[in-house]
Amino acid sequence: MSEITVGTEIPALELPPITRTTLALFGGASGDHNPIHIDIDFAKKAGMPDVFAHGMLSMAYLGRMITNWQPQSQLRRFSNKFAAITHLQDVITCSGKVVEIVENDGEILARCEIQAAKASGEQTLIGEAFVAIG
Amino acid sequence: MLDRSKVGHEFDTFSVDIEKGRLAFFAKAIGENNPIYCSEEAAKAAGYKTIPAPPTFMMSVDLDGPVFLPVLGLLEMDLGRVLHGSQDFQYLGQIYAGDRITQTSKILDMFDKKGGALEFVVMESSYTNQDGELVGKAQQTLVYRN
Repeated sequence: MSEITVGTEIPALELPPITRTTLALFGGASGDHNPIHIDIDFAKKAGMPDVFAHGMLSMAYLGRMITNWQPQSQLRRFSNKFAAITHLQDVITCSGKVVEIVENDGEILARCEIQAAKASGEQTLIGEAFVAIG
Repeated sequence: MLDRSKVGHEFDTFSVDIEKGRLAFFAKAIGENNPIYCSEEAAKAAGYKTIPAPPTFMMSVDLDGPVFLPVLGLLEMDLGRVLHGSQDFQYLGQIYAGDRITQTSKILDMFDKKGGALEFVVMESSYTNQDGELVGKAQQTLVYRN
């Protein structure tokens, strides 16, 4: 494994465009049956132009990026805020980098800033992850 | 305004079985192709006891409780006006296929912004496996559009 230091970039993950099928499958698989993500009639009644993606879908994509990079058993903390709604056909790219090396409970952790963003550059999720590296 | 007196409210504890078929479905739905998330052999070869639940699956434990988002009823919230503001997971152990996870959660805080146009409900949950091991904690903020 190459050395992880401040500035190390997590290999980015670019996702296919979000479709209604993506949302239906994620709704079922995640247990989030909120109709606002799968039922256009419900979404319109709630004042939205159409269904939109679950925030947790993009957080799961960020999780994929992290566990593609380091084993899940090394992940200690993972958090984000949901900064913007992801719409149908948006192409989300996850990225991140190590910004600090810290110690906690005798473990060396890489603190990573992570984000999901649309092709326009608009950030949809902004967060951080702590990954044990030694 | 949502009922601020509910800060500190503890929701009913419940337990959920973590099924490997469900984990495979979750992995498929997020495009996760790493075989450790659907094959016991691959998971063991990678050093896991068996198939691990992906990092964000912890929240699916919440969603699999007997009542879908019990906070909605408690605070008389309209589902169509709820947004997810933030999510924080702490991993103290690992949730595996075959586990029975017990979830407890409570309302930690409530506040508003933009003159009450947006209200925030912060909840804290913890996850304990069948051996009594605390495997994770989560904090979630819901945003309510008034």
